[in-house]
Amino acid sequence: MTTTTTTTTTTTGAETLVPFEKVLESYDPAMGLEVHVELNTNTKMFCGCPTRFGAEPNTQVCPTCLGLPGAMPVVNGKAVESAIRIGLALNCQIATWCRFARKNYFYPDMPKNFQTSQYDEPICFDGHLDVEVDGETFRVEIERAHMEEDTGKTTHIGGTTGRIHGAEYSLVDYNRAGIPLIEIVTKPILGTGEKAPLVARAYVAALRELLLGLGVSDVRMDQGSMRCDVNLSLAPKGSGRLGTRTETKNVNSLRSVERAVRFEMSRHAGILDAGGSVLQETRHFHEDTGTTSAGREKSDAEDYRYFPEPDLVPVAPSREWVEELRATLPEPPAVRRARLQQEWGFSDLEMRDTVGAGALGLVEETIALGTSPQAARKWWLGELARSANESGVELTELPVGPAEVAAVQKLVDEGTLNDKLARQVFEGLIAGEGTPEEVIEKRGLALVSDDSALGAAVDNAIAAHPDVADKIRGGKVAAAGALIGAVMKEMRGQADAARVRELILEKLT
Amino acid sequence: MPEISRDEVAHLADLARIDLDDAELDRLAPQLQVILESVASIQGLAGDDVPPTSHPFPITNVFREDKVEPCLTPEEALAGAPAVEQQRFVVPRILGDEQ
Amino acid sequence: MTDLTRKTAAELADLLAAGEITSVQLTQAHLDRIAAVDGGDRGVHAFLHVDADGALAAARESDERRAAGQPRHPLDGVPVAVKDVLTTRGLPTTCGSRILAGWLPPYDATVVAKLKAAGLPILGKTNMDEFAMGSSTEHSAYGPTRNPWDLDRIPGGSGGGSAAAVAAFEAPLAIGTDTGGSIRQPGAVTGTVGVKPTYGSVSRYGLVALANSLDQAGPVTRTVLDAALLHELIGGHDPKDSTSVTDPVTGLADAARQGASGDLTGLKVGVVAELAGEGWQDGVMTRFREAVDLLVKLGAEVVEVSCPTFVHAMAAYYLILPAEASSNLAKFDAMRYGLRVSPEGVAAPSAEEVMKATRDAGFGDEVKRRIILGTYALSSGYYDAYYGQAQKIRTLIIRDFQKAYESADVLISPTAPTTAFRLGEKLDDPLAMYLNDLATIPANLAGVPGISVPAGLAEEDGLPVGLQILAPALADDRLYRVGAAAEAVLTERWGGPLLSKAPTLEATL
Repeated sequence: MTTTTTTTTTTTGAETLVPFEKVLESYDPAMGLEVHVELNTNTKMFCGCPTRFGAEPNTQVCPTCLGLPGAMPVVNGKAVESAIRIGLALNCQIATWCRFARKNYFYPDMPKNFQTSQYDEPICFDGHLDVEVDGETFRVEIERAHMEEDTGKTTHIGGTTGRIHGAEYSLVDYNRAGIPLIEIVTKPILGTGEKAPLVARAYVAALRELLLGLGVSDVRMDQGSMRCDVNLSLAPKGSGRLGTRTETKNVNSLRSVERAVRFEMSRHAGILDAGGSVLQETRHFHEDTGTTSAGREKSDAEDYRYFPEPDLVPVAPSREWVEELRATLPEPPAVRRARLQQEWGFSDLEMRDTVGAGALGLVEETIALGTSPQAARKWWLGELARSANESGVELTELPVGPAEVAAVQKLVDEGTLNDKLARQVFEGLIAGEGTPEEVIEKRGLALVSDDSALGAAVDNAIAAHPDVADKIRGGKVAAAGALIGAVMKEMRGQADAARVRELILEKLT
Repeated sequence: MPEISRDEVAHLADLARIDLDDAELDRLAPQLQVILESVASIQGLAGDDVPPTSHPFPITNVFREDKVEPCLTPEEALAGAPAVEQQRFVVPRILGDEQ
Repeated sequence: MTDLTRKTAAELADLLAAGEITSVQLTQAHLDRIAAVDGGDRGVHAFLHVDADGALAAARESDERRAAGQPRHPLDGVPVAVKDVLTTRGLPTTCGSRILAGWLPPYDATVVAKLKAAGLPILGKTNMDEFAMGSSTEHSAYGPTRNPWDLDRIPGGSGGGSAAAVAAFEAPLAIGTDTGGSIRQPGAVTGTVGVKPTYGSVSRYGLVALANSLDQAGPVTRTVLDAALLHELIGGHDPKDSTSVTDPVTGLADAARQGASGDLTGLKVGVVAELAGEGWQDGVMTRFREAVDLLVKLGAEVVEVSCPTFVHAMAAYYLILPAEASSNLAKFDAMRYGLRVSPEGVAAPSAEEVMKATRDAGFGDEVKRRIILGTYALSSGYYDAYYGQAQKIRTLIIRDFQKAYESADVLISPTAPTTAFRLGEKLDDPLAMYLNDLATIPANLAGVPGISVPAGLAEEDGLPVGLQILAPALADDRLYRVGAAAEAVLTERWGGPLLSKAPTLEATL
């Protein structure tokens, strides 16, 4: 995890950014996180169109999700089931009776120019999720989780950035319109102090893990099946008040969550320090610079004119149904982690690091393929985490997955590679040079296991260092290290150090 | 007496994405005022003890199975479109932000 | 050959079954009638679109089925007209609006699918007030329909086209929709039969929504038995409509036949005190009182009932309807189908500008008024006082009905306060126009069914008056029993159907 620390106040255009540590001297942050989750149901929220990703434009639409006159919605029972299970996993109350409501506003990606959502009657409410940051537990209170539908996808044509600014016109694909979304909203997250960015990230990571465990979504932040909006405000330290908040969108990775919180804290502090007031607005996060910029100015405050959806009837889950669904929940993340930690024999610190790196699932999968827990952890938290950080991507986004890690470790176990060579193989895999075998071949990385070749190198080393050889003959076995080094150098690292040592001792004792 | 001024009518028309010109505003605003006065007669009639009705009958829990149904073909979906490009609906440049 | 267009649908069904006529003959006879009286300056103008080819093709198929001894339904081969608010695949569906000029839906409304499945040829789409907002069909963007009784008068609305088509013998059957009286009131002023079924008993899938919680499709015919037959055909649960009730729609034709025997012993008929009085035309009240006396002669017991909240029904209706409609009509934004208009003098208009220009050009005044009123009623700050309050009035109206039905089996009133007024007479006074729905609106708010049957002609102007009968929810059979009884005894008194007294329409072309 890299953090950007600035030790001096900087200005970005018209903005002043206060260094993070200084922010905390004067202000308490309050955060609110809104996460939208795309469910992995077969069909859409209100119609039977398929939800498969990547289809040709406008091939997965019908009168209902296209908003044609006269069409009517019918609720997908599986989506309701998923919503309830998510709520239960988040320790929420499940409503005994709730309705859908129309959120009215105009936008071309919305076929009806209203979104069928839930307003003051969410299906789940008042829950919590505990997250751990550096050994400290924070309880994030969940305000609500409710059902709604996704919008179509707009592509902006003309203009330079592919974004909406300066575009000449837009193209709309409604395949995504109507896909079920669950919106999960936290209550204000307070008392996190300097850990605010980490708590935000940990919450989103933990939520992601929970949703994966439930099997309700593939929660790919990079593909948009999990979207996070970050709300942040600052209040004078100890005042107990809440300041004016901003909402930041386009936060597409765990790393971005953390960076967005950090940046907004600095930015708000800059404004407040100068005696100004923070503008309540929606901002856009920029992946490349880790900064936020203002969205389009809104001409009126949003009045969505919510009213109960008259084409749908209320959803009233029976308590029997809720209990049936409760029985289908997987073990809670904390319980799962404790079990895995025990199975794997990790220390508390090792487990914490694994979870914190977002590597739990990856490590688990790698172990399932036969790798030892320590080896799995070593690779994911070492070489691969380093590589991911350097490229600014998540571990899950690397071209290397559990299968590759297991394969490489197997080659180490078999003696075809040692650690150092394995690292080079990973380099090659990440660079897209092919399978582990192909990389080994192209780069000539295999360990030499031919004893005669090794023996020749050992002979060379003995000849080059006669005094060291004498010491060894005299019983100072520890001195073999220098000879091993020489052999490894001659073999360009492609030798198993343990075997080299054996050969040296064989020849000299 | 509830009022709906000409300015308010213009604002509401804007919210409803209808471009009313001056002549229309002149004509419609007073009519709306009259109608509003008439319907405003219900204000305060029913107290907190009366629940609102959104549906005449108390049906609940109408769900459908998560099973794929036939879609429209893209030709059918795009048939009424004012403009089409790359099998998508062409819309003029959008000013506002996504929600 | 006797004029087939003068026969009832039940009679035509019998003739088809007996092999005495073919559907092609029948359909052609109606197409000829339409051609003779519907077009030109002084034509009835009941139809917006006539599908001669489609209707004749369906008629041929019907004849083939009958020849093979496999008719799909007793009404197989009897032509029908459909109000232009229901989607018909491949046939223009305009809802009487310019904004949908030429729109060809890619799907059939469930009601339309049922008509087709039963083998009824669809003659075409009938005229209506734009998006069903109106009581005179003068708000159609395509010109008004004329009342066959007097071509300078309105045929009622919003379903004036369907009622006029049937009254002018252009179709033996038609489908209408009723949100506040749009089937019943045209029935009253054209001397025809119109029924609003129990809310939810006829599918709304494909019925372009005006007020989702009030709309219902229903039969428009010349006789009560015809209405019962058509009602049974189109009714029933539809999984595509979440507000659809599961109770089967049966026994209506039987109730009509039973009622025609003229025995209403034991029936308690409630006269609603609030649905009469000042502002109600003298001739209307005279015919109504006579009808009440007739029912007593048939053995019914008349009781006075009071429904005090009915005086607020109009206000509640003109808040609920515009609110729901303002949201329903948001989808007409020039992006996916329908009219697209660019603002004048703007070089590169934005999507928002195109939406605004299109909706201004595509919607008529009445639609604009109701959209603005609805937007107002739903606005934050106003919701509780207006929309919220209106929904409470609705509860009180439902309670009034429930109480009334404790002492009466059916309720009766005149269908409308006046006979057909002149074209143009009420166009400048929206409120005066709204008053036409005084008696019909309460039933829509409560979801209970209602029928209008001809009660005679008013003394002062010789124009038709309607008798409205209302039944409890799901007791639609009572409408047919009482309606048929009244029809039988009145027809005898008149010496023939009321429509036989209508002026003969000159061929207009």
